[in-house]
Amino acid sequence: MYGGGFIPDDIDKKVPVDQEDPVRLEEFQARIDAGEKIEPHDWMPHEYRRQLIRLIEQHAHSEIIGALPEGTWITRAPGFRRKLSLLAKVQDEVGHAQLLYNAAETLGKPREAMINDLLSGKSKYSNVFNYPAKTWADTAVIAWLIDAAAIVNQTTNAKGSYGPYCRALDRICQEESFHLFYGYESVVTLATGTEQQRAMVQEALTRWWKPIMHFHGPPDTSSVHGNQLERWKVKMASNDAMRQTFLNMYVPKIWELGLTVPDPDLKKNEETGQWEFGDPDWDEFWEVIKGNGPCNHERLQVRRKAEEDGRWVREALMARSGKQVLPLS
Amino acid sequence: MATIKSLDPRVARAELPTEPTEVVLNPEEQWETYEVFHQKKSGARHIHQGTVHAPSSELAYTFAKEQYGRRDQTYSIWVVKTSQVFTVENDNSLYKTVPEKQYRNAGFYKVRDKIEKFKRQMNEH
Ligand SMILES: [Fe+2]
Ligand SMILES: [Fe+2]
Repeated sequence: MYGGGFIPDDIDKKVPVDQEDPVRLEEFQARIDAGEKIEPHDWMPHEYRRQLIRLIEQHAHSEIIGALPEGTWITRAPGFRRKLSLLAKVQDEVGHAQLLYNAAETLGKPREAMINDLLSGKSKYSNVFNYPAKTWADTAVIAWLIDAAAIVNQTTNAKGSYGPYCRALDRICQEESFHLFYGYESVVTLATGTEQQRAMVQEALTRWWKPIMHFHGPPDTSSVHGNQLERWKVKMASNDAMRQTFLNMYVPKIWELGLTVPDPDLKKNEETGQWEFGDPDWDEFWEVIKGNGPCNHERLQVRRKAEEDGRWVREALMARSGKQVLPLS
Repeated sequence: MATIKSLDPRVARAELPTEPTEVVLNPEEQWETYEVFHQKKSGARHIHQGTVHAPSSELAYTFAKEQYGRRDQTYSIWVVKTSQVFTVENDNSLYKTVPEKQYRNAGFYKVRDKIEKFKRQMNEH
């Protein structure tokens, strides 16, 4: 058949795993256990498909909404060099959204449907982007630490079982390394600068610490999806494990700059090798997920306006009737 | 009408209503997909990179340059409508026969034993 012809019916419908053909299910699991990747037209359990669409789609939304807090500062970036870098970074994030929408589309959900679910509030995106970037220093903290947290997540997921998602993530991770170094340089510049600059970056870090601790999701005891997703290599590490990896890599770097985080309980337990920390306010996390964060409404309204304002351009291009033909005489 | 107060001057100027606006995209409003092939330098192969959504080949090419060529070296890019790519899905008729086709590989052809045997015979005479 020609490409792009496969649309599974009713992708939103939930089919419990125990209603799947047990023989195929076993073969499927064996392929994953052997480290094989699953490709779009391979047989897969309905629930595998549904969960992957959900995961990749929300990842795509996070990239596109994640461009907004930093995008705010493009026109006001301090100096031309920083403006170029920020512009390039924000463009990358929008590009990541496109790569991820494409990966999700291979599972049968059209891009328009995913965007509609974003606009209607039906599908979620990363919680942290519902907070504002109040100053330039906030963009520096976001580019360094939010991107660092995202890299932990993305390099982990890149080892998953679904081929198109892994390929998108490989490319994304390469681009993220620029974001990380750009963000680190921006924070270091402020932290090693004047007293005012140091104060500015410290305030931004203090503001962002809670969302950063929320980034990898709630502690695993309260996560809704359990082992099935881990066996299928859809979920590659627990939320807590990813948070630990992040803290291990970045807290020493924060402290090295003489910056502090607003958690007096944060310390590494040398016996267990684990970081211990105070409650990062999970109640607030759930409130923001429900839509009550400082920017949830603004973010979606901005996206709605962008889709609406872009519509006439899309329609005009669509109506294009082929090459212009010159009159014969 | 109440509007959103934003820290972002561009958003503030847009006077977005505080009530959610309803915006729904139509099916295929974002066009069809094109497959993108990227050649890094002259002499290299074109490698499939992914897809772009576009209303025409020309715009698919423009979007592909932006999406897959904005960073590293690029020598040329091809785009082709996904719907024009012919394939047969889950066709394993090809690789099922791999073990039978050893005679198509260099390693199938072994001569050393024959040569050693031949040399021994020559020495005996
Ligand atoms: Fe990204
Ligand atoms: Fe990034």
